[in-house]
Amino acid sequence: MASAAAESLVAGVRGSRRASAGLWSDAWWRIRHDRVTIAAFVVLAVLVVLALAADVLADHVFHMKFEDQELLKAYAKPTLDPLAYMLGADEIGRSQVVRLLYGGRVSLAVAFLASLINMTVGIAIGLSAGYYRGVWDDIVTWSVTTLNSIPTLYLLLIFAGLFTPGPPVLIAVLGFLIWTGIANFVRGQTFALREREFVTAARTVGASQARIMIRHILPNILPLIFVLAAIDAGGIILIESALSYLGLGITPPTPSWGNMLTNAASYFVRAWWLVVSPGVMIFLTVLSLYLIGDGLRDALDPRLRGSR
Amino acid sequence: MAAAFEKARSTATAESGKNLLQVGALTMHFPLTQGIIFQRQVGAVRAVDGIDFFVEKGETLGLVGESGCGKSTTGRAILQLYKPTAGSVRFEGTELTTLGGEAMRRMRRKMQMIFQDPYASLNPRMTVGNIIGEPIEVHHLARGKAKTERVQELLRIVGLNPYFTNRYPHEFSGGQRQRIGVARALAVEPEFIVADEPISALDVSIQAQIINLLEELQSKFQLTYLFIAHDLSVVRHISDRVAVMYLGKIVELSDRQELYERPLHPYTQALLSAVPIPDPAIEQKRKRIILTGDVPSPVNPPTGCRFHTRCWKAQPICSEADPEFIEQSPRHWAACHFPG
Repeated sequence: MASAAAESLVAGVRGSRRASAGLWSDAWWRIRHDRVTIAAFVVLAVLVVLALAADVLADHVFHMKFEDQELLKAYAKPTLDPLAYMLGADEIGRSQVVRLLYGGRVSLAVAFLASLINMTVGIAIGLSAGYYRGVWDDIVTWSVTTLNSIPTLYLLLIFAGLFTPGPPVLIAVLGFLIWTGIANFVRGQTFALREREFVTAARTVGASQARIMIRHILPNILPLIFVLAAIDAGGIILIESALSYLGLGITPPTPSWGNMLTNAASYFVRAWWLVVSPGVMIFLTVLSLYLIGDGLRDALDPRLRGSR
Repeated sequence: MAAAFEKARSTATAESGKNLLQVGALTMHFPLTQGIIFQRQVGAVRAVDGIDFFVEKGETLGLVGESGCGKSTTGRAILQLYKPTAGSVRFEGTELTTLGGEAMRRMRRKMQMIFQDPYASLNPRMTVGNIIGEPIEVHHLARGKAKTERVQELLRIVGLNPYFTNRYPHEFSGGQRQRIGVARALAVEPEFIVADEPISALDVSIQAQIINLLEELQSKFQLTYLFIAHDLSVVRHISDRVAVMYLGKIVELSDRQELYERPLHPYTQALLSAVPIPDPAIEQKRKRIILTGDVPSPVNPPTGCRFHTRCWKAQPICSEADPEFIEQSPRHWAACHFPG
């Protein structure tokens, strides 16, 4: 009995020592014990590595470039001989697997970078508007409502008309157009948090406004932002495929998962497997992102500590 | 009204030599506005409406009153957490109301606050070490290992285990959290602490512990307190002098003993008569003065003396002239036309 109590006491002390460096190391400790999140991380990492290694794999494993065509092999079924057609061939006999690798580069880069821009812009604008209020908040609210009231598609049509569509343009357009949701969310949360007593306490202590925003308010929103970022990145992949369908996204012959998917949809009856592979890729990426976002949110909530 | 302020200020500044804090005609009105784009002011909540007092170095001034009478607002306006509508707050001779942001930020080293709600006043995402270490960091008092040691020392001072630095607020009980709040306030070695109902949210058994801790710290670090509370027996225990507030005004201010034995203002008398006496024999004979009606709205306070609507001594003059806050006997101020 006594020894059990002593043991639990020791465990308690060890538990408190464990997270000595604060929120982030504590979060890291918890993520390492969260198998689902780890699995999602691994899946996403594998996809990123494969995309980055597209050149090497195309040259040395599949011996085919993404634009190489072989009309006789059009609509070839998946086969291991040659390996380049392991996922079949498209309507002009290009290797589906090689195009998928290169498409991953484009799709993932667009998703991550555009989402990063979204987050940066959205958090900066939302946080400052919610904290300072007044005229700045009025300007932000007005801009957000105006941007939201114009259908994104029309805005994208305008930008696609002004610039030649390509990955950098797409990143910039998506990055600077769809931050409004995040800005709105962060603004609302900041509004509520700035009135909390611990913010008053920070002011009493003599913390500067920047410090209050970054050290007190932001950490309280951050976990939810991770979830939003993951959903955002997933959404961008889907928007990219929709835009590609309208010819406003990534234009062939450069492959992206989005344009491969929409392209293959027209040949669905003849070669359904061409639809499946980019679909699975998008599905895996979006699912992993959601799971990672969810895992990070839980890991960053100190109140859940010890519940796993 | 201005004349009343002048007179009161002259009495209150009489002993300015040893006064740490000097509050003059402090007014805090919160505007009520209508309209979204073109906002116009339709009135104001007169939370604090011209109060004068001083706090001497090393003493505890108790500030009592019902909820909504402006006690907390007074504390916060003194610390410039609200920008006062009018009046002056002088701390060691420095006027705080006109101080710029950066200068005020540096001034906060000398004045701190203990909050009422130990749950809301600690950031749930910061460890105890970071919460207590923040003032040290903000004012560049120590860094690295020295900072950690200082935080541990502070935890020991307030009676907590120094190895709690890595824990989060939710892992503590209400009393322990309040100790963390006290440690945070002490971190900058302040001279003056506004304790805003520091025990109201705590269990009765814990209240005494925190009170004892505050008293202990006061003698150890020569602290000066403005102790805001609504519990008269607690205020009697801890305060050297007591100020009674009613509807945004201080109605009576005197030394503790004097106030509890010879209250001059009818409101103070009514308040004191409501305190239960822990002796059944005396308690039986205790005469309660029961006030009728509610506290009027601070948006539209009564004319003349604000208490006249509920006062059993009220005469026609009470609804016409605002009684001056004057020294009725040495060190005993009251604002009443018919004191005693």
